[in-house]
Amino acid sequence: MKRLLGRRPCGALCAGLLFAIAASSIRGADAPWAVAIRDAKVVTVSGAELPHATVLVRDGLIEDVGSNLTIPADAWVIDGGALTVYPGFINALSTWGIAELAPAAGAGGRGTATPATAQPAATPAPRVHGPEDRPQTHSYERAADLVKPTDRRLEGVRAIGFTSSATFPNGGIFAGLGALINLDGQRGPDMVVAQPVGEQITLRTGGFRSGFPGSLMGVISYVRQLYLDLDQYQQAKAIYAAHVSGTPMPDYDHYLEGLAEAPRILLPADESQQIDRMVAFAKELKQPTVLYGLHEGFQRIDELKQANMPLLINLHWPERPRESNPADVPSLRELEVRANAPGVPALLAKAGVRFAFYSEGSETANDIKRQVKKAMDAGLSRADAIRALTLSAAEIYGVSDRLGSVDKGKIANLVVTKGDAFEDKTIVEYVFVDGKLFRPSKVPPASPAGGGGAGPRTAPAGANADLDESGEPGGDGGRN
Amino acid sequence: MRSAISDQRSGVSGQPAASFQLSAVSFQPKDMPSLSAETSLGAAGTSARATGGWAVAFCLAGLFVATLAAQAQTVLIRNATVLTVTKGTIENGSVLIQDGKIAAVGKNLSAPAGATVVDGTGKFVSPGLIDCHSHTAVEGSVNEGSVSDSSMVNIADVLNPTDINIYRALAGGLTVSNVLHGSANSIGGQTIVIKLRWGKRAKDLIFEGAKPGIKFALGENPKRAGYPPDFFSATTQERRYPGTRLGVEDEIREDFTQAKIYQAKWKQYNERVARGEHPIPPRRDLRLEPLVEVLEGKRYVHAHSYRADEILALIRTADDMGFKIRTFQHVMEGYKVADEIAAHGAGASTFSDWYGYKYEVIDATPYNAAIMARKGVVVSLNSDSDELQRHLNWDAAKVIRYGGLTPDEALAMVTINPAKQLGIDDKVGSIEAGKSADLVLYDKHPLSNYAKVLAVWIDGHQYFDRDQDLKDREKLVAQKKELIDKEKADEEAARKKAAEERGGPEGRRRPEGAAPDAAKPKEGAPPKEGAKPNILQIGHQAGTDPVADQAKEGAL
Repeated sequence: MKRLLGRRPCGALCAGLLFAIAASSIRGADAPWAVAIRDAKVVTVSGAELPHATVLVRDGLIEDVGSNLTIPADAWVIDGGALTVYPGFINALSTWGIAELAPAAGAGGRGTATPATAQPAATPAPRVHGPEDRPQTHSYERAADLVKPTDRRLEGVRAIGFTSSATFPNGGIFAGLGALINLDGQRGPDMVVAQPVGEQITLRTGGFRSGFPGSLMGVISYVRQLYLDLDQYQQAKAIYAAHVSGTPMPDYDHYLEGLAEAPRILLPADESQQIDRMVAFAKELKQPTVLYGLHEGFQRIDELKQANMPLLINLHWPERPRESNPADVPSLRELEVRANAPGVPALLAKAGVRFAFYSEGSETANDIKRQVKKAMDAGLSRADAIRALTLSAAEIYGVSDRLGSVDKGKIANLVVTKGDAFEDKTIVEYVFVDGKLFRPSKVPPASPAGGGGAGPRTAPAGANADLDESGEPGGDGGRN
Repeated sequence: MRSAISDQRSGVSGQPAASFQLSAVSFQPKDMPSLSAETSLGAAGTSARATGGWAVAFCLAGLFVATLAAQAQTVLIRNATVLTVTKGTIENGSVLIQDGKIAAVGKNLSAPAGATVVDGTGKFVSPGLIDCHSHTAVEGSVNEGSVSDSSMVNIADVLNPTDINIYRALAGGLTVSNVLHGSANSIGGQTIVIKLRWGKRAKDLIFEGAKPGIKFALGENPKRAGYPPDFFSATTQERRYPGTRLGVEDEIREDFTQAKIYQAKWKQYNERVARGEHPIPPRRDLRLEPLVEVLEGKRYVHAHSYRADEILALIRTADDMGFKIRTFQHVMEGYKVADEIAAHGAGASTFSDWYGYKYEVIDATPYNAAIMARKGVVVSLNSDSDELQRHLNWDAAKVIRYGGLTPDEALAMVTINPAKQLGIDDKVGSIEAGKSADLVLYDKHPLSNYAKVLAVWIDGHQYFDRDQDLKDREKLVAQKKELIDKEKADEEAARKKAAEERGGPEGRRRPEGAAPDAAKPKEGAPPKEGAKPNILQIGHQAGTDPVADQAKEGAL
């Protein structure tokens, strides 16, 4: 099995930076080790930017952050004089970690897949007679049970600084229970930071003749019915618990159990009329709701502010199709959306609405980088972009006590760059996931200033991506 | 046949010019209500073809909010021919609009201070037209066709206020639509009456106080879906009950039987709670609740129907189960059973001269509306079409030709009669003091083929202004061009930048055939010469037929 291994810095107070590779299975039980990123610019996100501070990472946690820290004797030191430390980026809605859901090259993003219209079966499928048959309902499926560190997408997105993802199983109308995961681990369960963090609802339709529900209104009525059923189910259980004798026992319904567990729901809201519809629908369902999509959000800034629901903005900005027919003239609405969608984050930031980013349909890391930049070019400040990718996402999913900022005690998910994040020339030097160090840049780092000794030895290009579990050293020697 | 009509009558500017008549009209734009500077309601709609198309027209959706209608206006339309429909025609009459209502109708009304005065000399004012059968402004499919009783779905959930057909219909004088679910199932979805308040949000389209409805369908459409799976399409589903007209009646009967049981269950539950017991509440059933509302008279039934036998069968079923049919829709053989329809108290909403488009509509006649009307049925003429809804006044004119109705009777079929069928005749459908100011200003009599809509008010707000529309079209074209140009410039800049970063004006190019993208033939596309060495391998990886690949290889 091919695995991605992080490299563990170790040893006593090194002059430079040495690398050692050890099977990460023993990391937790391993002797304490630490990394100190010294004298770096630290973008804490939760508070003020620290121009010359040290970030101390130990045992997967941020042990301390500050300007006058004493660097422990056992810590490896990274000279941060030319570096900036950010919290690791969080993709606020994805299938990262579920390799089976990686889109095939050239395929559309989520939401375009309609299982019901897939290959016609040889024998007719059983007809769905209505909501009672619970069509396209995966409400009980857990991303936490499905994620694996072997998803090949993880390496690429770690390389641009993503360390976490709100990963959802993504099938059907009720797509399942999401998990907030770290983008590395020995096994799937290691990756899970929190679960369940929500139930994703997609409003997918199979189309006419594909079985219930085959229309948008059918899907909406189905979702409504399921929450009415949930309400009745919970009442029934409560009444039964209070009056067991003489009360008929309510049936167990695992579809509804899944719904009941979700601390929030995610509803799709891309076009202006869909935003209106879903804001109203969320109020009707009485569930804590996060809206996702928002490309026509520029039409509804005031309403979104008033609705006071967290938003997930899809970074996959609509663009002119690369191979479009020149004779096809887009509608003015299409053109307006293409022109204005990247400006939505800036408008929302200005209005003080909380939002995070996700990347449905943009599966290469470079696309995501370019798309964040495009939002910044459209007026979003770097600070707001970083917040959307870090603390806001963590707050939306209720994990801001452990992720989303460079603060003492939080999980050590960090991105260390040379240059400001998302600039073209910026190099991501180090990425920490759950305290494990990755070195995505294949460019040898320049000799760090100071540090009291020789410059670091550099790892062979791409080494950490290609090592297998034999633990072949990629750098110098073992641990001392 | 509809498409032929649509080509000829695609919009205002597609109409015959009739310039000799135009010259006789002293239409003075300066007398029109003043429009705010940011008013952008316009360009779409009626004349998409004339200005460069559909796409241009579509744009308006969502882009411009109708600030035109932002403020309640006090308007006096003066010296026009006022077609009240219910109270005759007033030559040189005036209509005063205040607070969204018709404040006064008559001769010699004087304008209150601050009122906008519209000179109606030579022009005609009619009530806003009402369409009792529409599928406009529905997002997604109009059918939840998967089940024989889809009463759980609601058109109100999927209204799309950015549908350009709203504006186009408005530009044809339509102000109210009964938006229906399709006819794929015996009992279809819940329906909603809307006002065509273009530019407003979905919730603001809904006609306040209009009773909601539910669609039923008889005959071929609901039973056709019961054919074996391979009959029409490669559906993966088992066949659906019912497959006959007998089955359609049975389905409706069965569903109402269930609804009554459901009703009783809740009654029993409430009684037990009242007695202080702790029963588990019944499950709320969104499918049966609308049917209970029908039984309780809180929801109208609009039944798609063609043949006399199925119409009679539904009346019997309704009588048995204890509910009323509010309207028969289409009702093409209604002329054969008009007495029975009238006796049931149902209305009939039909086409003027559209029939024979399928076998069950073969025994129809354009005299249908007139015959039913003479037999005492409340008859309306509907569109069932995004195109036809733009000139219902012309369809009304046809019943003068076919059946000899009076102009007032003809106009009633697209105004007060559909209002009666929808239970909103106390609010709209005629020009009477106290009713909503839903008004249309025409340059000629609306029953003339040459009539053009000049202005439309809903609740006293002006939602259409032909003059402004014509002016705004250029603006929209310019706006679109600007966006396209900017997009192109941005793309060009990005391309240049990328090329520079790659270290040359054109950048480095991958060797032919070496780039993964270039080597991978698109599924179904013929492989290119350059990709020849990879064909077999890639074809197999993609899961295609190796034999076919070899054949291709040989062909190359």
